[in-house]
Amino acid sequence: MSKCSVGLIALSGLLLSSAAFAQEKIKVGVTATLEGTYTVLGEDGMRGHQTALNVLGKKVGDKELEFIVASTDATPDSAVRAVRKLIEQDKVQILLSPLSGDEGIAVKNFAKTHPELTFINAASGAQETTYVDPAPNFFRYNMDGAQWQVGLGKYAYDEKKYRKIATVGEDYSFIYTQVFGLVLEFCGAGGQVTNRQWVPLGTKDFASVIAALPDDVDAIYLGLGGADAVNFLNQYQQAGGKAHLMGGSIMIDQTILSSKGNAKNALIGTIAASGQADTWEDPGWQKFVKAYQDAFPPNKRFPSPSLLATNYYDSTMALILALRQVNGDLSNNQAKFREALAKIELDAPNGKIKLDSNRQAIGTNFVTEVVDDGKGALFSKVVKVIPNVNQTLGYDPAVFSKIGLPSRTVPECKKY
Amino acid sequence: MSLAHDARVTVRPATMAQRPARAWPEVNNPAAWIVAVILLIMPLIANSFFLIEIFATTLILGTIALSLMFLAGYGGMVSLMQLTIAGFSAYMVAVFGVSANTNISLGWPWWLAVPMALTLATAFGTLGGALAVRTEGIYTIMITLAIGAAFYYFTNQNWAIFNGHTGINTVATPHFWGVNWRADIPFYYVVLAVAAFCYFAVEYLSRAPFGLALQGVRDNPRRMAALGFNVNAHRVAAYAFASFVAALAGVLQVWNYRQISPGSVSVGACIDILIIAVVGGITRPIGPFIGALIFVLLRTFALDFLVRLGLDGNRFRLLIGLGFLAIVFWSSDGVIGLWQRWRQRQGLNAPSSRGGRRHG
Repeated sequence: MSKCSVGLIALSGLLLSSAAFAQEKIKVGVTATLEGTYTVLGEDGMRGHQTALNVLGKKVGDKELEFIVASTDATPDSAVRAVRKLIEQDKVQILLSPLSGDEGIAVKNFAKTHPELTFINAASGAQETTYVDPAPNFFRYNMDGAQWQVGLGKYAYDEKKYRKIATVGEDYSFIYTQVFGLVLEFCGAGGQVTNRQWVPLGTKDFASVIAALPDDVDAIYLGLGGADAVNFLNQYQQAGGKAHLMGGSIMIDQTILSSKGNAKNALIGTIAASGQADTWEDPGWQKFVKAYQDAFPPNKRFPSPSLLATNYYDSTMALILALRQVNGDLSNNQAKFREALAKIELDAPNGKIKLDSNRQAIGTNFVTEVVDDGKGALFSKVVKVIPNVNQTLGYDPAVFSKIGLPSRTVPECKKY
Repeated sequence: MSLAHDARVTVRPATMAQRPARAWPEVNNPAAWIVAVILLIMPLIANSFFLIEIFATTLILGTIALSLMFLAGYGGMVSLMQLTIAGFSAYMVAVFGVSANTNISLGWPWWLAVPMALTLATAFGTLGGALAVRTEGIYTIMITLAIGAAFYYFTNQNWAIFNGHTGINTVATPHFWGVNWRADIPFYYVVLAVAAFCYFAVEYLSRAPFGLALQGVRDNPRRMAALGFNVNAHRVAAYAFASFVAALAGVLQVWNYRQISPGSVSVGACIDILIIAVVGGITRPIGPFIGALIFVLLRTFALDFLVRLGLDGNRFRLLIGLGFLAIVFWSSDGVIGLWQRWRQRQGLNAPSSRGGRRHG
């Protein structure tokens, strides 16, 4: 009995201690995929976040920012669980979340149940997140997967003279969005997409996928990321694959280009498009790369920041700059802060970024080609820079809405 | 066969020790009353995070594990598809009810969608059970695991009903009598009521003729058949009951997170339920709830704990694994077994069914 009551007192003490206390700090919750297939992406995202804090500092007026990190595994349920923990246990006021496509859709929907808090998307890139029924308190400073493919289809058709391609992609919203962007442009230019294969996120054995790749195509587009991409490349090389490759934004990225082993060499010469290019000469970009490299020892980082690091950097930057504009004023359900977020124009390392009326980024896109730097390290080299890419990809909104939402079969391969 | 047989032998003594009293064992046990009172006044002492993320989640996971405990402890059938049944029920609530995916959800009110989900999930579990009862021991595990894995991959790839990897978001939760039943405190009581209902149902059933016959089937199926019992029918009935319990928990789970996606029914999550049941102990209905509490606490706080110690937070899965290893190493029948042995050493013979340890 006495043991029980002691336990009870200890328990209630534990519960009460985490209840509200006076705070001079602004608490921000951050989620990243620190488990599962996208672990490497999550870790580099956190490096980008840390780089932003090194550059900009954690002070907002007389208040200090406090960041609390939670881990997810790229599934929507893990993201909602992590965000709920941050809100309910750690009492964060602002969320920097999440990293992956389907997580983004789930967190955006969850954001509606907490209208008093503000959510800043960290890196997720599904179109639906901000295009369909957007949440008024959810802001996204990175472009979506389709925007990140702008320029690739035309470049493949006009410069590389590809006429027929097939795609292999992970079976979820972000890759649908990427293929959506690619197909619209490539088929619009006159090309054909003959075959679209979808593999579950976290696939380890690609033997059947590789066997089913068609031979009569000019190139194969790969929309894979993290461990899946490395596994595919290894098995593709062992199977003797020689086709021309095209890559999605997390396929041709430092998370893959600096992986160990030879398999990545299959990517040399691959064309891709993304929200960044490793070798861009813009001074802002070079400064960011330098800050990233200085922040971590070479064996604890990639040679150059990945797209995830850049996205986390940009979203952290938006958060801090907007908070400074309002001097850390989060009163009135963070109304002033949100106004600042909506209006802010970021001079981000990967080009200027501003938000549209759905609080979705309009930014700069890059078509790239993978090159060897002569010392065995691979980088993406800029071949084309496209500024002011909006979510409807330059289409009239009415036409764009008729295309439908990205899925396994949408869009059809035709000119819209 | 031999594997299964051994497992059953180890289960037996503890269950028999619990059986002598035919009355509810809780009535004369002060610890049980204390736990009940604490659970009832929990909203007064716990903040909303602990109330929902820790205790309600514990009760939901515990209820799913309870259905496994019922099958494994009383029926000798280790079913790894209990979470799949709960997930199926959760998906059905989302599909028949109201959600943000209007092209999939049929938009029925919750009082139609929930009975529909419960019926379908129970039917699903019973069917799976009817397949599984033809096998024993490790083969039962394999078949049920196969059903779980197949369902996971199916949800991941099917877009027409399950909406693939994205899952179904913003599932509506019930509002009636002017109460938002998903608000923290009402929801906690709903979960508590369902968990208590399932707990006492299992407790009652274990003493009822059906439960006794089921334990007879577990201990010696051939003899029970000779006595005129239909062995397979008893087992299938046990699956049907366990499926209903799991389905109830599934409804609560989808209301809790307001979304359901394949990650919630992954093979890993199926195994988690087994871990919860084993860690808590599969000899009594309280075991799964204790196991669930330990599991939820570890899952929620392992990362913070490591970071506080100055270690690399990325290794938090290791801490979870070590915790489970330690418990299983020192006590093959879980925390319940530890507790029981401790009581015996104290010279207390009256067995307790709901340990006060729960919050120790």
